[in-house]
Amino acid sequence: MTRTVVIDPVTRIEGHAKITLHLDAAGHLIDTRFHVVEYRGFEKFCEGRPFTEMAGITARICGICPVSHLLCAAKTGDKLLAVEIPPAADKLRRLLNLAQLTQSHALSFFHLSSPDFLLGWESDPAKRNVFGLMAADPNLARAGIRLRQFGQQILELLGGRKIHAAWAVPGGVRTPLSVEARDWILDRLPEAKATITLALGLYKTLLDGPLRKEQRVFGDFPSLFMGLVTPDGSWEHIDGMLRFRAPDGTIVADGLSEDDYASFLGEAVEPWSYLKFPYYKPLGYPDGIYRVGPLARLNVCDSIGTPWADRELEELRDRSGRVATSSFAYHHARLVEIVACLEAIEQLVNDPECRKSRVRSRASLNRNEAVGVSEAPRGTLFHHYQVNDDGLLTRVNLIIATGQNNLAMNKTVHQIAREYIPDPVPAGTEIPEAMLNRVEAGIRCFDPCLSCSTHAAGQMPLHLQLLAADGQILAERRR
Amino acid sequence: MSVITLSVNGKDVAIPEGGSLLEATRAAGVEIPLLCHLDGLEPVGACRLCLVEVEGSNRLMPACTTAASEGMAIHTHTHQLLDYRRMAVELFFAEGNHICAFCVANGNCELQNVAVQVGMDHSRFPYQYPQRVVDASHPLFAIDHNRCILCTRCVRVCDEIEGAHVWDVGSRGSHCHIVAGLDQPWGEVDACTNCGKCVDVCPTGAIFHKEDTTAEKLRHSDRPALLKAARDEHVWRNQ
Repeated sequence: MTRTVVIDPVTRIEGHAKITLHLDAAGHLIDTRFHVVEYRGFEKFCEGRPFTEMAGITARICGICPVSHLLCAAKTGDKLLAVEIPPAADKLRRLLNLAQLTQSHALSFFHLSSPDFLLGWESDPAKRNVFGLMAADPNLARAGIRLRQFGQQILELLGGRKIHAAWAVPGGVRTPLSVEARDWILDRLPEAKATITLALGLYKTLLDGPLRKEQRVFGDFPSLFMGLVTPDGSWEHIDGMLRFRAPDGTIVADGLSEDDYASFLGEAVEPWSYLKFPYYKPLGYPDGIYRVGPLARLNVCDSIGTPWADRELEELRDRSGRVATSSFAYHHARLVEIVACLEAIEQLVNDPECRKSRVRSRASLNRNEAVGVSEAPRGTLFHHYQVNDDGLLTRVNLIIATGQNNLAMNKTVHQIAREYIPDPVPAGTEIPEAMLNRVEAGIRCFDPCLSCSTHAAGQMPLHLQLLAADGQILAERRR
Repeated sequence: MSVITLSVNGKDVAIPEGGSLLEATRAAGVEIPLLCHLDGLEPVGACRLCLVEVEGSNRLMPACTTAASEGMAIHTHTHQLLDYRRMAVELFFAEGNHICAFCVANGNCELQNVAVQVGMDHSRFPYQYPQRVVDASHPLFAIDHNRCILCTRCVRVCDEIEGAHVWDVGSRGSHCHIVAGLDQPWGEVDACTNCGKCVDVCPTGAIFHKEDTTAEKLRHSDRPALLKAARDEHVWRNQ
């Protein structure tokens, strides 16, 4: 009789998911599935609304990275208006996105993932969280929380509020950077830099020691990587062109425009998950598996373009290869991206252009269709709108970063389950919590935002089921 | 000018003869919630938020449309009235599709303000989620019927101040809605002068400038009174 292990809910990620491990009659693992079990339907209920509302509506998809949707919707709106935004607006949007990347990566590393690294995979689940971290290493926890606050505070200084600020609009942004905001950012930058220095040092020590195995088994497999790069191939997070790079370092496709996304990206669906399975069309489904996000951005770019971040990028590549294929390297990539963000933030706040008052281009509707793109903390985000002549939406397609990592997340769960689950699983065996935590941690490498990716709501608990061949639940664990 | 005296919540006030109960409450320094009423426009008593109790009468009366008379004694904040007002506001929310989060009027909306004023923290009535549309056919403005509370300020300002009478009220009961022209797309109504007064007076985000995004709508609900004073009394108060 076959069996299935179910992890439901998956914890310390944003959204709601469960994992099922399917065993055959002999107790061998034959399949694993990462199910996203929530649905919201943003693409449908946005129809009929004015496109000018999309920045406000889609920002509400998520409370962690509303800025990503805000920026992508505003960029799509720019194209519908057919305007060029003022240079100041372009730089201010960049500043907003850099702050967003910083706060989200800090949240992922310090609040969600570091309890596993620092407290141990086998530690008490009730304490394996940011509160446990506070008890074990209060200075590190405080520094991490303040690093996230640094990013969040920049969002508030620019947009008037930390979450769901409707500051970016079609045509630009609403307000320039104030002197007070600039001074606050410059005042806090040294502390933010010190924190990321501390985190990088600590993390590298862990990589050389207790986390050596995780780098090998947490989703290390060949796949394509996709991300935005500048015209000269450097790291990019809001404009530029799309690039696909293969695990051997070959650039598979370059200079791709988001306008043509439908020609190179397909979206497959499976009956057991609300999360779609985007794939690289030339390779078909599911062979067209690709990854997006911080690791993908660092893999596809030639360099970052700022000195400290480039040094850290070189070290990451020395440790994990020119194209790092282990999904565990996402954690390292997040820290390197925080360095890149802090350096770029420093450059931007000292740029007098950011204080110019002309920050918005005004126009009425000039196009009926547009595609916008930006790099969210979790990867590339696409917004595609079609509108009628009155500017009311007739079709909306949102391709979210986490969705694009769906195939990779499933593959990661499978690899971890193979490594840590006894083969075959003896009938009646209880599956240790620490093993389940490693399966969850595989998902956490991608820092998935399931509420965004399915445009879905809810808490983010985890549910794991062990299922027999006939579908019978043999073991189950919920958190 | 003759004067009448009456009491508001036990306080004696004197107002010019022909004045409304609303004027009496203002003379007494008492604030009552208003939505459909706007100084400068004819009152219609549509929203029922300004209902007051009049001693000697067994029914509640809208302060904006009820003429004050000598010796009246009115009460504005009894438990019954407070409950009815809150109920009326809850019904506004339950009857339409009011999603503040991304509304153009968020933070600058009279319906929001009134909800706070009456202490509404939820609706006791089931939301109806009616199927309504946005008419964005006008080159400058749009009307989102989801957010309309049928206060008819737009109808009155267009008729009484602008003299174009673009707007009217069509259908009945729960199908009742604001219509442009002869129930045409707004952009096809030749009578519209593009003056934007309906945008200025709309208490919610129902009528707005098309380029406005979340929380960007500015209200100018004082303009009808200014225009009326300018026209009737030749006084330009905003200069």
